Amino acid sequence: MTAAVVEARGIGRVLPGPVPVTLVEGIDLSIGEGEFVAITGPSGSGKSSLLYLLGLLDRPTSGTVILEGRDTAEADAAELAALRLSKLGFVFQFHFLLPEFTVLGNVMIPMRKLGGSPEAELRTRAQALLEDLGLGDQAAKLPSQLSGGQRQRVAIARALANRPRVILADEPTGNLDTKSAQTVFDIFARLARETGTTVITVTHDEGLAAQTSRRVNLVDGRLVTPGVR
Amino acid sequence: MARPLLLDLALTHILGRKRQTIVSVLGVALGVGFFIAMAALMQGFQGYFVDTVINASPHITVRDQFREPAVQPVAAAFRGGAVLLHGLKPRDEIRGIRKAGTIVSALSEWPGLSVAPSLDGPVILRYGSADKSAVAIGIVPEREVRVTQLEDDMVEGHLTDLASAANGIVMGLGLASKLGAKMGDSLNAISPAGVILRVKVVGLFRTGIVSLDEGQAYILLKKAQILQSRANVINQIRIRLMEVDAAREVAARIEALYGYRTESWQEANEGVFGVFRIQNAIMYSTVGAIMIVAAFGIYNIISTVVYEKSRDIAILKSIGLTEADIRRTFLMQGLMIGMIGAVLGWIIGFGLTSLLGSIRFDVGGMVRNDRFFLAWSLSHYWIGGMFSLVASAVAAWIPARRAAAANPVDIIRGAA
Repeated sequence: MTAAVVEARGIGRVLPGPVPVTLVEGIDLSIGEGEFVAITGPSGSGKSSLLYLLGLLDRPTSGTVILEGRDTAEADAAELAALRLSKLGFVFQFHFLLPEFTVLGNVMIPMRKLGGSPEAELRTRAQALLEDLGLGDQAAKLPSQLSGGQRQRVAIARALANRPRVILADEPTGNLDTKSAQTVFDIFARLARETGTTVITVTHDEGLAAQTSRRVNLVDGRLVTPGVR
Repeated sequence: MARPLLLDLALTHILGRKRQTIVSVLGVALGVGFFIAMAALMQGFQGYFVDTVINASPHITVRDQFREPAVQPVAAAFRGGAVLLHGLKPRDEIRGIRKAGTIVSALSEWPGLSVAPSLDGPVILRYGSADKSAVAIGIVPEREVRVTQLEDDMVEGHLTDLASAANGIVMGLGLASKLGAKMGDSLNAISPAGVILRVKVVGLFRTGIVSLDEGQAYILLKKAQILQSRANVINQIRIRLMEVDAAREVAARIEALYGYRTESWQEANEGVFGVFRIQNAIMYSTVGAIMIVAAFGIYNIISTVVYEKSRDIAILKSIGLTEADIRRTFLMQGLMIGMIGAVLGWIIGFGLTSLLGSIRFDVGGMVRNDRFFLAWSLSHYWIGGMFSLVASAVAAWIPARRAAAANPVDIIRGAA
């Protein structure tokens, strides 16, 4: 077994309030390099919550998330942001592209934040990413001029901008037609296979989930499949 | 597109709301512009007034008075005891500065001081059927010219003509015109002591300060002593300094040495400076009010942007921008509005000041003048600029902090 890229140790998340709500609890999960994992389960079972915890977008109220062997329990907000920037990439159900920026501009945002290379080089890399996802000729357009499937692919390109170790996708095909959805999943499968990128996606589409290399099933905030192999 | 990412984000945000941005910028610009024009106007007037006051009167005046009433012998004998005296009347003294000659010659030795003795007292000036009360100041002309700039204010004749004419008098232009007297006219001066002196107008002055021009006349010290029946008495020592601003300290030193009440020009015009302070307070609060309104405009536009762009903020945070990045992005927008507003305000301020400078009118009052006195000062531009930057930074800070604190998970869940 390869070393775990993302590891959850007994994580739980409780929303505080007069009546505390448990989103997920007691989750042990270990995901290795190049795995393509589907998190499935009925609505409200805590799929997205788990994904946000694994993606360091939210903090667990118990347990800890270990990213590439680093325990993130003690990291402050800025350190988590830095990890998200360099190691993780998010794709959501909604594309969340900035409407004023071109397609290329959107893909370049994470690159520019990370910095370290001259602008021209970033531009070339972003263009190559778009070519790779079949959007080479759309680079100068605004997101509003693209179709839903194209926008979602731009969002994937943006998630891939800083060559992350893990892609986290939250219902990435939720707003797409079957054909576009299949394209997105093909891209994920290829990424996992060819570049060793770990892909974790939340979906409730059984057909798509069947195409992944591993399924993690959640019911009422608890894993019903073994999380650690 | 070599701009930094945050600046790029900030620009898209404010350029996305052009009209609101322009209104906010104009708000700041008007605030800064008015401040500059008002500051130029007020400081110009105050500066002119102070100059006039300083030049027209001595910098320090030693009077034949004491600040504290004399201690009664019985109170001195029972120091700390409770002393009550009934029917106490002040002693009927011959007023005047004792040993004035010694004091004058001693003070003359101090560096940077010009000293002139004088005796002033009330007189009635009578010319034909016109009666006017005035203060007749007895002076030694050759000393006086070194103490006040009265000589420069002479419209006709010279102060030194007092010495050459038998019974010369130099009076304010306003006083002369009220009496109907002209150069060379003879009139009667009557003192409270009952002495009547026939005097001849040998000079007229105009200081620009109405109370002086209409209420003062100068005669020789010797004649004043005769007129007031106070032989060899002087009741004022007038002093001019090289260093105008040292007046307060020098006055305190003289008073400590001789005990006589010694007034600096600042103390003598305390009331006027109080008015100036109130004027400045009014100016700053008016400008402050304009800037607060402008700040609300900035607050409004940035709050709107924060609300509208909450999804963008969420995704930027998920990408890995820190809270500080988000805060800076919105703070920058406020500062950009503030800066553009300040520069525009400088132009407006400059224009308004020039406009005020070109206006001519005729107004009498405490001071007679025909135009606005304007103080051109770079510091007004700096203060105005700082005002607007601080206001816009504070106005932007509040929504910027809110944006930075937003939880991306909540926004993404809400949007999905």
